Amino acid sequence: MTMPRRYLRTLLLSLALSFLALAPAHAVQPDEVLPDPALEARARAISAGLRCLVCQNQSIDDSDAPLARDLRLLVRERLKAGDSDQQIVDFVVARYGEFVLLKPRFLPHTLLLWFATPVVFAAALWLIWVAYRRRKAAGQSLAPLSTSEKRRLKRLLDEG
Amino acid sequence: MIAETGHYALILALGVAIVQMVLPLIGTRLRDPQLTAIAVPAAQAEFVLIGIAFIALMTAYVTSDFSVANVWQNSHAAKPLLYKISGVWGNHEGSMVLWVLILALFGAAVATFGTNLPRQLQANVLAVQGSIAVAFLLFIIITSNPFTRFDPAPFDGQGLNPVLQDPALAFHPPFLYAGYVGFSMAFSFAVAALIDGRIDAAWARWVRPWTLAAWMCLTLGIAMGSWWAYYELGWGGFWFWDPVENASFMPWLAGTALLHSALVMEKRDALKVWTILLAIITFSLSLMGTFLVRSGVLTSVHAFAVDPARGIFILAIMGVFIGGALTLFAWRAPLLGQGGLFAPISREGALVLNNLLLTTACAAVFVGTLYPLALEAVTGDKISVGPPFFNLTFVPLIVPLLIAVPFGPLLAWKRGDLAAAAQRLMAAACLALAAMVLLLAFNQRGPWLAPFGIGLGVWLIMGALTEIAYRVKLGQASVSEIWRRLGNLPRAAYGSALAHAGLGLAVIGIVATTAWRSEAILALKPGETAEIAGYTLSFKGVAPRQGPNYRERVALFEVTRNGQAVTELMPSKREFTVERSGTTEAGIHASWRGDLYTVLGDELNDGAYTIRLYFNPLVRLIWLGALVMFFGGAVSLSDRRLRVGAPKRAQAKAAAVPVAE
Repeated sequence: MTMPRRYLRTLLLSLALSFLALAPAHAVQPDEVLPDPALEARARAISAGLRCLVCQNQSIDDSDAPLARDLRLLVRERLKAGDSDQQIVDFVVARYGEFVLLKPRFLPHTLLLWFATPVVFAAALWLIWVAYRRRKAAGQSLAPLSTSEKRRLKRLLDEG
Repeated sequence: MIAETGHYALILALGVAIVQMVLPLIGTRLRDPQLTAIAVPAAQAEFVLIGIAFIALMTAYVTSDFSVANVWQNSHAAKPLLYKISGVWGNHEGSMVLWVLILALFGAAVATFGTNLPRQLQANVLAVQGSIAVAFLLFIIITSNPFTRFDPAPFDGQGLNPVLQDPALAFHPPFLYAGYVGFSMAFSFAVAALIDGRIDAAWARWVRPWTLAAWMCLTLGIAMGSWWAYYELGWGGFWFWDPVENASFMPWLAGTALLHSALVMEKRDALKVWTILLAIITFSLSLMGTFLVRSGVLTSVHAFAVDPARGIFILAIMGVFIGGALTLFAWRAPLLGQGGLFAPISREGALVLNNLLLTTACAAVFVGTLYPLALEAVTGDKISVGPPFFNLTFVPLIVPLLIAVPFGPLLAWKRGDLAAAAQRLMAAACLALAAMVLLLAFNQRGPWLAPFGIGLGVWLIMGALTEIAYRVKLGQASVSEIWRRLGNLPRAAYGSALAHAGLGLAVIGIVATTAWRSEAILALKPGETAEIAGYTLSFKGVAPRQGPNYRERVALFEVTRNGQAVTELMPSKREFTVERSGTTEAGIHASWRGDLYTVLGDELNDGAYTIRLYFNPLVRLIWLGALVMFFGGAVSLSDRRLRVGAPKRAQAKAAAVPVAE
């Protein structure tokens, strides 16, 4: 068995356990940390929203892959150069594509993604409302028994 | 010989499963009691046969029989016994055998203990179970045979992925599968009811214990996975919204909704059609979880396309069962009829709200998990859907649900009094508010929403206590009367209060550790010290150590707090010789305030080591909460009214109803 296939199998096996089996993460290295705490906090926040492209669903902030490190350094370089958070994200997306964003942008091809949940919620609410109305209309009202009904009930109970 | 015995038993089991699927269905149709009765021994025989296959595979693992390809691929002679055993299900083929074993176990349990079920219902349920077994046994025998042999046999195996060699992960899959497969009971009961065209409150009473047992196992399985991720992955995260996690979380959400809607059906004979649909959905999501994980489609759409045999097979199984069940549902559900009426503000109304929010939340997870796959398959565009998406869609649905939870049990069936319930919850609300205000006052850092989250957790726990207090008339009755009432409360009441309180604990743990965790990333040389969250850690150095099937480098930290010695922590990096890959073992000190979490990184050029220190406040409440939820389920399950055997009265009533043809 060749090496790449062996790795592929290991990867599939990890998945096979129906729980994520990420490689142990080392993430941010001490030499990457920026001296300015405010800038570093921004770097961490931006990193948490960027996907490590070669990993299984990890942000670059959590990943120890070399590519993730490169991206973290890139983010910090741009921060030092005075870019805004948005500029940095745009820069990374321009280079690596939309796949890098853990929060997909609001675009025509993600409309369904973003609207699906509210639509399901509204539809479910509407269904509940319709079912409730139909049942009420079916005449089975929740009103308390009328006087004549009460009398009839009493009569039936007394007989039994 | 042993492997061949196992293989033979699997094929026999397939034959028995076909009998179990076909004959009882014919029997119930022709009203032939003898054909119908075959369901029971068939289900038992199927369990015995799959059990033999499973034991055969396990024997091959324990004795390290590397002539069996599956053992060679996933085991090694030097591996500790526990991981030889867990290796059985630590791979595709073996885990599918475990899957059908649990399926057969549930079937055999219904056959053996369901003696007071109406014959017809029992036979139909077992027939549906049999059909699921047929599908998955075929899948194993055709695409995933675990008993394939090598000739000549290799000298030694390739070992098991080191990250899987862990006690929590050894038992994570059996619990997860017991949960997934347990929901097949609800599914089988639902389909059997649809075949019968008849359903009543007794049905819900029979389904609930199975659903509850499955839910408990799934809760524990997910918690174990999360616990493992926390200490094994080396940075203290506990939930990642990873597709594989979501695959197990969706059936949990739907199953939780099912537990609650079955309650309405049992007590009030309402929401029948919906409960049936939810039972189908819950198991469908379990099947989908199996598909997502087994087909490799998650790694990438391309991995799936490269070796599609397995994926397409499971996709076909999914299509047949989900499509078939939904078609049957569309055809027969109108027969089931409407149930009892209720006002919007009532226990039923509260449970409808629970179902609305849980299923919508489940839909949010569903869309977030599958949309990227669908988009890539259709347009080729690749997008990522990560935690920020779920925080924006899932959380807004769950927060109102958590606020509503304590109200539910305090509302009366049919027509409730919201104002009265709110009044009873005053004390709980005051405590929750006090917690919020205190935290806001002392909250120096972290998001302003965090105190609200903690308040929510307190609200849930106090709300659960309020329910018990209300039911025993605390503050109104005499002490002896309260004692008497405490003794008389049904266990199900304690169970639900415990489960809701457990949820509160988990919420507090999640919020606290997310908002207030502290972190230090350092380059430390031996002899240097570091500080975090009031602890002082003095780094003594790194030494090598030999484990059973790995070598490791262990760092030693002496931990002090206010000058007092607390503990010694030994995070390590392991290198597994056979598998040629490594794991990071965190050194963790747990206290009531939270976990001190240390990770050893690489050696740097100047003799220093990368050291990561974290303090995760109250993080253990997450898993403690899950345990309490599990325990609540167990208490509820032990309730006499919920035992597998349903009460005689219900049986008599059910038997008296003529069967709709």
